[in-house]
Amino acid sequence: MDQALVPFALITLLTPAAVFVVLALVGPLRRSGRPAALLSIAGAVTAFGSAVLLWSRLDAPVQRVWAWLPEAQGALASVGILADEQSSIMLQLVTLVSLLVQVYSLGYLSDEPAAALGRYYAYQSLFAFSMLGLVLAPNLVQLFICWELVGLCSYLLIGFWYKKPSAARAAMKAFWTTKAGDVGLLIGIVLLWRQTGTFDFGEMRAMVEGGMVGVQGLSVITFCIYLGAAGKSAQFPLHIWLPDAMEGPTPVSALIHAATMVTAGVYLLTRMAFLFALTPDILHLVAWVGAGTALMAAILACAQNDIKRVLAYSTVSQLGYMMAAIGAGFASAGFLHLLTHGVFKALLFLGAGAVIHAVGTNDITRMGGLGRRMPQTMIIFLVGTLSLAGVPLFAGFLSKEEVLGAVWASGLTGPFVMLLLGAFLTAFYMFRVVFLTFFGTSVENAAGSAHEHGEHRGAHDPPIAMSGPLWILALAAMAIGIYFTIHHPEVEFVAPGWLAFTATGVATAGIVLAWATYQRELINAESLARATGPLRRAAAHGFWIDEAFLGIYRGVLMVLATTVGWIDRYLVDGVLNVVSAWTVAGGDGLRKIQTGHVQDYVLAVAVGVTVVLLWLQGAL
Amino acid sequence: MNGWPVLSLVTWAPFLSALVIMAFGRSRPRLVRWTALAGASVSMAVALWLYATYDTVAAGFQFYERVSLVPSLGIAYELAIDGMSLVMVLLTAIIILAGVFASWTVKTRDQEFYALLLLLVTGVFGVFVSLDLFIFFLFYEIAVLPMYLLIGIWGSSGEVRPQGLFGWAFGRTGVGTKEYAAMKLTLYLLFGSAFILIGMLALYVAAGSTSFSLLALEAVDFDPGLQSWVFLAFYIGFGILAAIFPFHTWSPDGHASAPTAVSMLHAGVLMKLGAYGVIRLGMGLLPEATTQWVWLVGGIACINIVYGALSAMAQKDLKYVVAYSSVSHMGVVMLGAATLTESGLNGSVFQMFAHGIMTGLFFALVGLVYEKSHSREIFKMGGFATMMPGIAVAFTIGGLSSLGLPATAGFVAEFLTFIGAWSSAHSWWLFPAVVGAFLTSLYVLRAVRAIFWGPKSSDPRFQNLPDAQGTEWVAIVILVGVIVLFGVLPGLALGPIDTSTVPLLVRLGVM
Repeated sequence: MDQALVPFALITLLTPAAVFVVLALVGPLRRSGRPAALLSIAGAVTAFGSAVLLWSRLDAPVQRVWAWLPEAQGALASVGILADEQSSIMLQLVTLVSLLVQVYSLGYLSDEPAAALGRYYAYQSLFAFSMLGLVLAPNLVQLFICWELVGLCSYLLIGFWYKKPSAARAAMKAFWTTKAGDVGLLIGIVLLWRQTGTFDFGEMRAMVEGGMVGVQGLSVITFCIYLGAAGKSAQFPLHIWLPDAMEGPTPVSALIHAATMVTAGVYLLTRMAFLFALTPDILHLVAWVGAGTALMAAILACAQNDIKRVLAYSTVSQLGYMMAAIGAGFASAGFLHLLTHGVFKALLFLGAGAVIHAVGTNDITRMGGLGRRMPQTMIIFLVGTLSLAGVPLFAGFLSKEEVLGAVWASGLTGPFVMLLLGAFLTAFYMFRVVFLTFFGTSVENAAGSAHEHGEHRGAHDPPIAMSGPLWILALAAMAIGIYFTIHHPEVEFVAPGWLAFTATGVATAGIVLAWATYQRELINAESLARATGPLRRAAAHGFWIDEAFLGIYRGVLMVLATTVGWIDRYLVDGVLNVVSAWTVAGGDGLRKIQTGHVQDYVLAVAVGVTVVLLWLQGAL
Repeated sequence: MNGWPVLSLVTWAPFLSALVIMAFGRSRPRLVRWTALAGASVSMAVALWLYATYDTVAAGFQFYERVSLVPSLGIAYELAIDGMSLVMVLLTAIIILAGVFASWTVKTRDQEFYALLLLLVTGVFGVFVSLDLFIFFLFYEIAVLPMYLLIGIWGSSGEVRPQGLFGWAFGRTGVGTKEYAAMKLTLYLLFGSAFILIGMLALYVAAGSTSFSLLALEAVDFDPGLQSWVFLAFYIGFGILAAIFPFHTWSPDGHASAPTAVSMLHAGVLMKLGAYGVIRLGMGLLPEATTQWVWLVGGIACINIVYGALSAMAQKDLKYVVAYSSVSHMGVVMLGAATLTESGLNGSVFQMFAHGIMTGLFFALVGLVYEKSHSREIFKMGGFATMMPGIAVAFTIGGLSSLGLPATAGFVAEFLTFIGAWSSAHSWWLFPAVVGAFLTSLYVLRAVRAIFWGPKSSDPRFQNLPDAQGTEWVAIVILVGVIVLFGVLPGLALGPIDTSTVPLLVRLGVM
């Protein structure tokens, strides 16, 4: 192991932490706004540079740990860094997107008060540290620590505009839903520790490879760990928090709820793939739920008019693809999709942010013809859309094909069909957004609505702070696409030859349908929706999954809590009060004996003496 | 300072300042406060010195002091601390220091208030440093009794509607008033003391009536039958103070009625006396009974965790939410102890510390919110974060520690307890414990959102509320700092704790 690389990993990890501590402690700096932002960005640049250096020099895994929970027989748990191929490449994604988002936010949040801006950048730095800690975690304890911390940052950033009731509710919902999954993860970690005696990934892998981990009861453990991953990575039915999380500022959605934090579940399962391989039943579950989530979220995305919610459901759907590949037993395919998706989905969100910033609405039915006013944004958004749709030469094409190939290769025909259908819908709903937003008649020119949409008139491409990061991401997405077209990555499975054509065909079909419906209007959008029948109604309500959870919360948890609260006050405490009321009443009763009349006391003495005398005589 | 009676100094410094306050403090509010602060600061400084010089390699009881009081009965003023009591002394010192600052604005009878507060804390220190059971009990009573006056005079009343099967009794006892809360708390705890006293005397007699010293009694092998019932006596007696179900109902009423600093001390430190008593006397002296009864201790702890959390969810009064969360968290303390594992027992002691600081912070903040808004009704508030950002941040950090978020002290305690629970003979204990942590996240975040987030409440009472100011900050900053420090570097407390839990487990024969 080359310990010389340890400082690079530490600089990457600790620079954002130091920035956060400074911003948290030095109030005046934080409240000054822009200086705080620049400090945070400087930290992000350092982290990115150091991560690149680490990655370029890394040839063998580097691990270094420090004791964290000391016990008599050595440390129970430690913290540290593990830089290997997987974590070092993930570092690139996290630090790059984090940096670009922080720069972009400078433009996007330029109207915020200085104090709020400082708070935002403090959260951003804390998030960067937590996410990097998660990626570099050498063991499950550190992973869990950072796992919860990124959840905290997500909560704080969704609730950034905390005065908005919807944002406050969404933040809480996100925390609760992921926390419910984390209950599983924590149980899984504890159980696994008992089974293997370690939290360390390397030691665990060695034990699994040496056949020293009993399969008995392992399914329960992997299922519990999967629960945590499903909460974080928004798998059915724990996906409900992610669309609502769009209440946060758009750059936050790009960073946390598209590129990095939500993929933590996928990352965890990739890290633990060696263990999951021992429990094929759970892997099947992961694949089926993943494919189901991918299809369901794609359907829901078609029914949304809020551009951010379309992208949010799209993220849920793509996370389903990654999970399906992991479930198929080819975690590397899922991980590859994680990386490419991170780039182009961040691009899409930031592009959407530019649109929202320009027109002041999220509603795509109220946009239109923006392509002429915002040509750069349109090109950038198109690059992202083509990547997501899985068009050849763009970033998402190859990784999506790999996912499909992996699922096909492991014989999961059902999930494969669902994913293929999902790919068709993905192309459709994304191009629906593109046509409605950038093409067609500008809404302001349409008769009668000029007044209402007057704000579009000033719509223009964003300032350099925002367009710079957008271009970098767009070029990255294209570079990745072209690179993979030339250097086809080696895969562990044999994908059938027809797969690439099928995937491309399906994507094209989706694009054509969107074009025919929303551009050419050859097909009436309304009748297309009607053709889907009850599905449309169900999709409009998100399949009533939110309602189901709300029902559990109100109908079960709150009822239980109210009942227990009542029992505690009126039964448990009631019994106590009865005892004391009796004591008081008894005291009141006995007090009547104390009359204060001398003759009563004399009488009592006389009776007493008589009784004692009689008893002494043996008469009683 | 070797050979100096440092433990006596920690213990009696607050008492001395109480004496000074009573003698010279009449209508001199500044003198009262600065004297109290001086007393608390001396204890804090010495506690830090103890922490720095405690030898974790040698471990065991250190800083030993002994003065024979009644040789014929074997009663001695015998003090020493090990790792566990060291951490408890540190906790007490932090809480009283913060408590002195949190009471800075008390107006009515401040002289008596501070004197009683310092007297109380002398008792608490005394319990943690005593090795002699007789002295231990004496200090224990000193810690409990001032509470009656503190709540009865400086407390605040709430309102409880009499209803249900036993509704008739509520009117009669005056539920909700501060007098009721004070009386209930005192009677309940004295009821528990009776059990403790009987247990102590039984052990003293069985050991030959020669010594009350813990060290002497540890060496005695008590008859299993005697151990069994004495353990139960200790468990009930101390358990009442640790708010074990179903003897916990004094705690929500008491905490809700008590003034800020008293709630801080009571929930922060006094409840730990109960858990400390169970571990030190129950488990320490009665190894066979411990293994016999842990199923009960752990089982009831599980009830505490889930039942307390659900009760907290049902509350609308902020102080009651915090009070019930203490019931739930004390369950974690008792559960960790009942696991009879190194991790679990470490987690238990760590939770005593973590919960003490966290709940101290909570009550300080609730006191501030109440002082400024004159309301404790959670769901009538809203949008306070704009007006009191500092309080909002501190409350959130306290809440995060409460729900066991990593990087706060609460996580370390809960994680260790979970590990211990699953390694124990009753591995199912893990599940109620984890579920309790989840339920905590429900009621804590709901409270944060209802009080601090959302649009500003239109209620005229809640306009232009000031943030914390001046001395109010000191308490908040100290407590928040400690929560984060020990969450990030848990080894600071685990080091000394581990040196005392391992010998205990060895004596119990489980390690």
